[in-house]
Amino acid sequence: MRNGLSWGAGALVLVGPLLVQAATLDEVRERDQLRCGVNAAQPGFSALDDEDTYRGLDTDVCRAIAAAALGDAGKVQFVPLDSVERFTALQSGEVDVLSRTTTWTSSRDTTLGVNFTGVSYYDGQAFMVASDLGVQSALELDGAAVCTQSGTTSELNLADYFRVNDMAYEPVVFDSPEQSIGGFEAGRCDVLSSDASQLYAQRMQLADPDSAVVLPEIISKEPLGPAVRQGDDQWFNIVKWSLFAMLNAEEMGITRDNVDEMLDAEDPDIARLLGRDGNYGEGMGLPADWAYEIIRQVGNYDEVFARNVGEGSDFNIARGLNALWTEGGIQYAPPVR
Amino acid sequence: MTIQREMIPARPAPGSTIGPIAWLRANLFSGPVNTVFTLLGLYLLYLLLVPTIQWAFIDADWIGTSRADCSREGACWVFINARIGQFIYGLYPGSEIWRVNLTFAVFAALIAWLAIPRLPFKRWVAVLTLVAFPLLAYFLLYGGHFGLRVVETHRWGGLTLTLILAVVGMVGALPIGILLALGRRSQMPIVKSFCVVFIEFWRGVPLITVLFMASVMLPLFMPTGVSVDRLIRAFIGITLFQSAYMAEVIRGGLQAIPRGQEEAAAALGMTYWKRMGLIVLPQALKMMIPGIVNTFISLFKDTTLVMIIGLFDLLGIVQAALSDSRWLGFALEGYVFAAFMFWIFCFSMSRYSQYLERKLHTGHKR
Repeated sequence: MRNGLSWGAGALVLVGPLLVQAATLDEVRERDQLRCGVNAAQPGFSALDDEDTYRGLDTDVCRAIAAAALGDAGKVQFVPLDSVERFTALQSGEVDVLSRTTTWTSSRDTTLGVNFTGVSYYDGQAFMVASDLGVQSALELDGAAVCTQSGTTSELNLADYFRVNDMAYEPVVFDSPEQSIGGFEAGRCDVLSSDASQLYAQRMQLADPDSAVVLPEIISKEPLGPAVRQGDDQWFNIVKWSLFAMLNAEEMGITRDNVDEMLDAEDPDIARLLGRDGNYGEGMGLPADWAYEIIRQVGNYDEVFARNVGEGSDFNIARGLNALWTEGGIQYAPPVR
Repeated sequence: MTIQREMIPARPAPGSTIGPIAWLRANLFSGPVNTVFTLLGLYLLYLLLVPTIQWAFIDADWIGTSRADCSREGACWVFINARIGQFIYGLYPGSEIWRVNLTFAVFAALIAWLAIPRLPFKRWVAVLTLVAFPLLAYFLLYGGHFGLRVVETHRWGGLTLTLILAVVGMVGALPIGILLALGRRSQMPIVKSFCVVFIEFWRGVPLITVLFMASVMLPLFMPTGVSVDRLIRAFIGITLFQSAYMAEVIRGGLQAIPRGQEEAAAALGMTYWKRMGLIVLPQALKMMIPGIVNTFISLFKDTTLVMIIGLFDLLGIVQAALSDSRWLGFALEGYVFAAFMFWIFCFSMSRYSQYLERKLHTGHKR
C-alpha cells in the first residue's frame, strides 16, 4: 500500500507538478530556518550588499514570514533562483516560499501547482524620458523612438499602447537592461520603457540620475507577490497574513520604533493585531505575538517600502498604487479579528 | 706593390642593416604597402589604447568607500576594492576565511612540489594530493568536525567556488576520461558500447542543459524531503560532461601510438593494464598535453554557467554586486575585473602546459 502510494505520488509528479506536502510550518520549525527563494540580483527587491546580506522588498517579506513562523527574522536562508527554475524549486520543496518579483497571473496560479498569497508590490510598465524634453505625460510621446528589451511582454504592451492611443513610435530593441540604459544615455532613443521598478533602478545607472524622469502612466498590470506550494493551507495562511500584518500595522500607525508603546494602546484593533486581546495566531499554529514580532523586527509596510525602494532609498519610487487604500492607493488588508 | 699580410679587421655592419632602425625597415617599412599598413596599425592602436589607458588608469578613482568617491569620468575601482572580499570568498563567514586560505595554500604547495623537478618523493606527494587533500579540503571548507563550524555550501562563492568547481571537475574528469577512452577502444562489446553511448550522450548535450536538468528536473524525481545539495549536483554534472570530452581527447592521443608498441609489449608477456600503464599511456598522455589543457581551460570558463542554478561563482557574484543599489552603474568595472581574473588563471595554465611540453619533449615535437 505504501509502495502504491509512492508510485502514485511519482505519477503525479510526472503528470503535473503537484506535490502534496504536509505541514510546511513543522518542517520550517524543525530546520529552525526558513528557505526563501529570491532573485539573485534585482535592485531594490533582492540584492546582495557588501556585508553579505540580501536587502530589498522581497527579502524583507521573507524576513517577516520568518519572524512570524520562528520568532526571529534572521533565520532565513535566501536561495537565489533563476526565473526558469523558480517554480520547480518551490514545487520540489527546495524553498518554502517564493518571493522573487514574480507576477501573479492566472496561468501561473492555476497550472503550476502554486498559490499566490497576495501582492507585495503593484508593478507595471512605465516610461522614462530625459527631463529636459519637458514631457509630462506618455500621451505626448507621438513619433518617439522607444528603447525596450527584446522578448519581453514590455515589447508587446508597448505596441498595444501606442496603437490604442493612435500614436506612432519607432522601437529600438536591446537584449539586456544594461544595454537598453546605455542606448538611452547615448541618445539612441527619447524614451525608455520597462517595468517601473526596473526603470527606477536603471535611472540610477545614469551618470546624472536627475537628467531623466519616470512618467506617471502605468500601461500594464504586474502584481508581484509571494507564492507557496498548493496543498498546505496553514502555510498559505501564514505567508498571506504576514504581509497583511505589515499593511495593517501601517494603517494603524504602528512602526518598528513605537510597537512596544503600542502594546498598551487602548485601540481594540491594535490590541488584537499585537496579540494583547485574544490569540489570532492560533488558527495558523503561531503564537499570539506573531504580528508583534514582524513589526518589531522588520517593520510595517511603509517602513519596508521606504527603506528598500521608496523615499529612504536611492530609487525614491512614489507609493502610487502601492499606497494604502486610505491614501489613494489599492493596498488593502482584511482586518485581524 | 704592397702585400696585405693581415686580414682586414671585420668592420661593423652598415648602420642600415642592424639595430632597431634596420629592424623597423626590414619588418615594418619594407615597401609602400607595408608602410601604409604599419601606419594604419599604429593609428588604430593609438585610437584604442589611449582612451583605454585614460579610462582604466589616468581618470580612474582608486581610493574611497562609496559611490560618491567616484568622479565617473574614468573607471571606479573603488567598487572592486569595496567588494573584493566578497568576490574572492563569496558569502563565506568573515571569521572562517582562514580555512579557505589554508586549503588553497596547501593545494598550491602540493602542486608546486609536483611541478618543480628537483624535489623528491613525487609519488607520495601525488598520492597525498589525490587522496588526502580532497578529504582535508572537505573538512576544512565544509567543517562540522574537529571543532570547526559548518559552513553550508550556499555560502560558498566567488573565486573560491570557481576554483573548487574547476579543480573537482579536472580531478574527476581525467581518470574517468582515461577509462572511457580505453573502453571505447576495447574489444569487449558491452564495455565498448557503454563507453560509446556515454560519450556520445554527454557530448551531444550542452552543459547548460545538463545543469538545468540537474537543478530543475532532478528535484522532482527525488522523494519528498530528500534534496541533493546544489553544489554536488553541479559537481556531478560538470564532471560527467567534461569526462566525455576528455575521453575523446585521450582517444585521439591513443590512436597516434603505433600498434607495434602495444603488440611488442604483449609479446613481452605484459598484461593489459601493464601494456597500457607502462607503454601506451605514458607516450600518449605526453602528446595530449595541449588537448588536455585546452579542455581544462574551457572547463574553467564553463564553471560560470553554474550561475543559472543559483550558485555564485566569480562572475555570478560580480553580477550580484552590480545590482546593489549603492553601487548601481559600475557594470563595466565589474566585468573587466572578472575577465582579468579569468585571464590570469587561464594564461597560467597555458604557460604551465607549454613548460610541461618542453620538459617531456622527447622527439615528438614537430
